[in-house]
Amino acid sequence: MGRLSAAAAVVVLLGAWELYARVGGIEELVLPAPSAIGAALWTDRGLLATNFLVTATEIAGGVALALVLGGTLAVALHVSRPLRGALYPLLVASQAIPIVILAPLLVIWLGFGVLPKLAIIALICFFPVVVTTLDGLRAVDPDQRKLLRTMDASRTALLRFVELPAAAPAALSGARIAVAVAVVGAVFAEYAGSSEGLGHLMLQAVPQLDTPRAWAAVVVLAAFAVALFTALGALERRLTHNAGGSP
Amino acid sequence: MGASYRGGVLTRAVRPTDGRSRASLEDGDVALRGVGRVFTTGRGRRAKPIEALAGLTLRVHPGEVVAVVGPSGCGKTTLLELVCGLQAPDAGAVAAAPAVLMPQRDLLLPWMDALDNAGLARRVSGASREQARAAARPLFAAFGLGGFEDQRPAALSGGMRQRVAFLRTLLAGKPVLCLDEPFGALDALTRAEMQAWLAGALATEPRTTLLVTHDVEEALLLADRVAVLSPRPGRVVAELEVPAPRPRRATDPALVALREQAMEALWAG
Repeated sequence: MGRLSAAAAVVVLLGAWELYARVGGIEELVLPAPSAIGAALWTDRGLLATNFLVTATEIAGGVALALVLGGTLAVALHVSRPLRGALYPLLVASQAIPIVILAPLLVIWLGFGVLPKLAIIALICFFPVVVTTLDGLRAVDPDQRKLLRTMDASRTALLRFVELPAAAPAALSGARIAVAVAVVGAVFAEYAGSSEGLGHLMLQAVPQLDTPRAWAAVVVLAAFAVALFTALGALERRLTHNAGGSP
Repeated sequence: MGASYRGGVLTRAVRPTDGRSRASLEDGDVALRGVGRVFTTGRGRRAKPIEALAGLTLRVHPGEVVAVVGPSGCGKTTLLELVCGLQAPDAGAVAAAPAVLMPQRDLLLPWMDALDNAGLARRVSGASREQARAAARPLFAAFGLGGFEDQRPAALSGGMRQRVAFLRTLLAGKPVLCLDEPFGALDALTRAEMQAWLAGALATEPRTTLLVTHDVEEALLLADRVAVLSPRPGRVVAELEVPAPRPRRATDPALVALREQAMEALWAG
């Protein structure tokens, strides 16, 4: 039922778009019709596939990096109250820095390879991961902490046996929120300086007046975002299912 | 496992109220003398002190099962947390051998199977997963949990979960058990079944036990002695020895008479 209505929504949207592009007098240069984008997807499939692999690696690597770094920082903030007081405001402030400002700097520091892309994507995805993981760590039942204390559990043991496993699904849901912005981040990162990737492809296609190709790249990116979102959701459900459901 | 907790007596004497000797603690001894505990609720100008316990004196001898009954909000949970060392008294002295808490809710970890949950205290104190499971396994068969070792808590009934929680408490290897309304969340039938089960478990694995409950009948079925607390601030207003032989039945005339006595003490407050 859900899939059916999702498919119906896509069909209606595409139909309206096609109609608007054909009858609305919009130039293909500005907004190509879905049929034109479909044709570009087919004719440029080799080009799209090669560049997709580059961008997909950047995104997956960046999100993974954000999970590791964000998770680690969340644990540090959780364990140390002074650290939380000192760093939390800075962390929020760092999110207010537009990535366009940072991107050229990262290119200077890290070069034109995959590193600055990973850094930019990780930087964007980092914040939701920290926030949801920290919330997950703090949501542990106070009675559970008391119980562990009467078992003479050390701080490390409390983290290892209770808090970390309890917060893992929350960290993944943070990563899921991050995935959508990660895709935009990847395009920005490639705009800032690159020789390959879907963002790079878009950057070249627009001045070449090949708008359908740029849109085809967008479609591939969007599909990847949906796939990654779904995969992380499945992983998260698996963790909570193990927790809540029957084996 | 009987010898695992020998030695190591923990004394927490905070502001002793008199100059008499500190309770000489044998293994599993619990002594509270003139204990007072005050909480503050609200903040700033609306801050209001709430006296949870005042002048509470209670002794639990090694190997004894003492039940504490009282109206809700009389500081029963505070009493257990003092004995477990989770809180310090504001007045009087608490001296207790190492104690482990069994909270009202089972608090089993949903991502671990029953055997891992039961062995949690062992793992927390550095044992490997295999060692912890090996320590827990024989108890499962002995206490009616055989066959449920690999089940996750979500697949267990309320009574089964409480059994696992109790084994987890036993396996902590402490001489004193503090049970906080262990069957409070169960339905009446399961509750009766679990009371008989706990009586049997304590007969095979004797421990100094402090059982908090609001159910007088449960207290009389399980305990050697019942302490009745007053409404807040809680103090002991009556102590009833329960000499009835085990296994006990709630319909035993001796228990019925004691029940009357306990209820009177509760009403009198």
